[in-house]
Amino acid sequence: MTSLPQNPSKVKLGLVIDLDICVGCHACAVNCKEWNTSGKMAPLTDLEPYGAKPDGVWFNRVHTYEAVDEAAGTSRTVHFPRSCLHCDDAPCVTVCPTGASYKREEDGIVLINTDICIGCKLCSWACPYGAREYDEDEGVMKKCTLCVDKIYNENLPPESRVPACVSTCPAGARSFGDLGDPDSDVSKLVAARDGYALMPEQGTKPVNRYLPPRPKKIGDEVAPRLLDHHDDSADGAGLLARWVDKILTA
Amino acid sequence: MHPAKSVIYFTTASGAGYGLMIWLAVMGSFGFIPAGRTFGIVGFGLAFFLIISGLLSSTGHLGRPERAWRALSQWRSSWLSREGVAAILTFGPTGLYALGWVGLGQNTGMVGLIGLVGALMSLITIYFTSMIYASLKTIPAWSNRWTSLGYLLMALMSGAVLILVLQIAMGMENTALTLKASVALIALAGVVKLTYWRSLRKSEPRSTAESATGLGQFGKVHMIESPHGEDNYLLKEMGFQIARKHARKLKRIALVLGFIIPLALLAMISAMGSSYAPILSVGALVSGVIGLVTERWLFFAEAKHVVTLYYGHSEV
Repeated sequence: MTSLPQNPSKVKLGLVIDLDICVGCHACAVNCKEWNTSGKMAPLTDLEPYGAKPDGVWFNRVHTYEAVDEAAGTSRTVHFPRSCLHCDDAPCVTVCPTGASYKREEDGIVLINTDICIGCKLCSWACPYGAREYDEDEGVMKKCTLCVDKIYNENLPPESRVPACVSTCPAGARSFGDLGDPDSDVSKLVAARDGYALMPEQGTKPVNRYLPPRPKKIGDEVAPRLLDHHDDSADGAGLLARWVDKILTA
Repeated sequence: MHPAKSVIYFTTASGAGYGLMIWLAVMGSFGFIPAGRTFGIVGFGLAFFLIISGLLSSTGHLGRPERAWRALSQWRSSWLSREGVAAILTFGPTGLYALGWVGLGQNTGMVGLIGLVGALMSLITIYFTSMIYASLKTIPAWSNRWTSLGYLLMALMSGAVLILVLQIAMGMENTALTLKASVALIALAGVVKLTYWRSLRKSEPRSTAESATGLGQFGKVHMIESPHGEDNYLLKEMGFQIARKHARKLKRIALVLGFIIPLALLAMISAMGSSYAPILSVGALVSGVIGLVTERWLFFAEAKHVVTLYYGHSEV
């Protein structure tokens, strides 16, 4: 049924992406592709992967933006991972004519039943965030599953039961949790850092939140010239080095 | 938006087919056109051909056309589904009306009433088709009040010109009413299209690169690095560029061929008399078809999708 859940549970699983931390390494995109190409949405088809114009299905895309404030003479460079926001009012679900596109009642994850998808692409037209991509080879739509086949997988150690993009992020820029619970770690993080939703004017009520880059520290403070561990004393050096130091100092 | 040929054919052809069906029903049931068998066969044949070939064409852009029947299930929430259901239900009364006209030689009374029900359902189907596009908030050029009005008027207009051409071609004398209706509808549809373009030019952007990224608090946002070097599905489907480059020329072509020339040619029929009517009406039809296809191509190609905000556009 492509109507939104009648009695949604309070659980709203989603991601919190910290734009202050993200270094734009694309590891989330790559590990996402790795997990999902053999997961529920498998395969994430690539067309002409070694040709002149490679194309393929990806659920994560990492953009880099610059925000320039000309009046203040400042600018920020921000790496920006973009993926499905698992919206509360998901337009991709309600436009679907077949019932292939649906939002789970128990945790709010938006999924596609590729067995009944007709590949009309209307869901990708309805999504403001570009979260849905068409698999030309299979003739159906594909999208982020929030790694539904990983986060509930009891064969994995508990610490691995998070989406692939979260477990792989080397900088720790991505957090996963229940954004419907105000006391969850992710909700507290959003509250503490003024996390925001993307394009709220589109009325989709996204679950995922983005944390803005922290304010720049501009002032008189300059970076210390010396490292804590600079080379004034031989403390902590090896035996030979300390012996050489002792002879030459004397 | 990428202008898929199958969808352009679907919206223009089935629109014209439903338009012709509506005129057959109205003109027949109110006794303006007698229930002649030959006229019935040609008229309904053309109407059903346009409607059915349009609907079949719309399945042409599906990734899995063999599953198209599934699209009838979600009429509670999806305009696309509603359109499919309405299109199929409409075949009931319009088919019965065509049978009554061609088989029984009747198009008034009870048969006429069935025809009018078919006409109403045809109108509803055209409206549902337009709502597939008008309901998408992500595409401001579509989600406005002019979209449905334009679809309805252009369908009625092409239907009126079609029935006029048929009447003239088959030597019918009572063409004054359809001629007047065609002229009025072409003028009205042209004005609505102009108003649509004007309102698009004047409308405030609905979303911006700043709202898309949430980085407006730090200044004006622009992309300095794309996630990928080649176009992906999103850019191929939603980031179509060619139309914007030639938008002004194409709009002029659509306006002149779609509305001004047909209007002039039809006006000449009443001025020059009936001996020139066949060539003038066919000229109006041919010009109108090219103009409307250009208009529909532009409707898709020119429409900007908010996802392009992530790929370097600053406002949509």
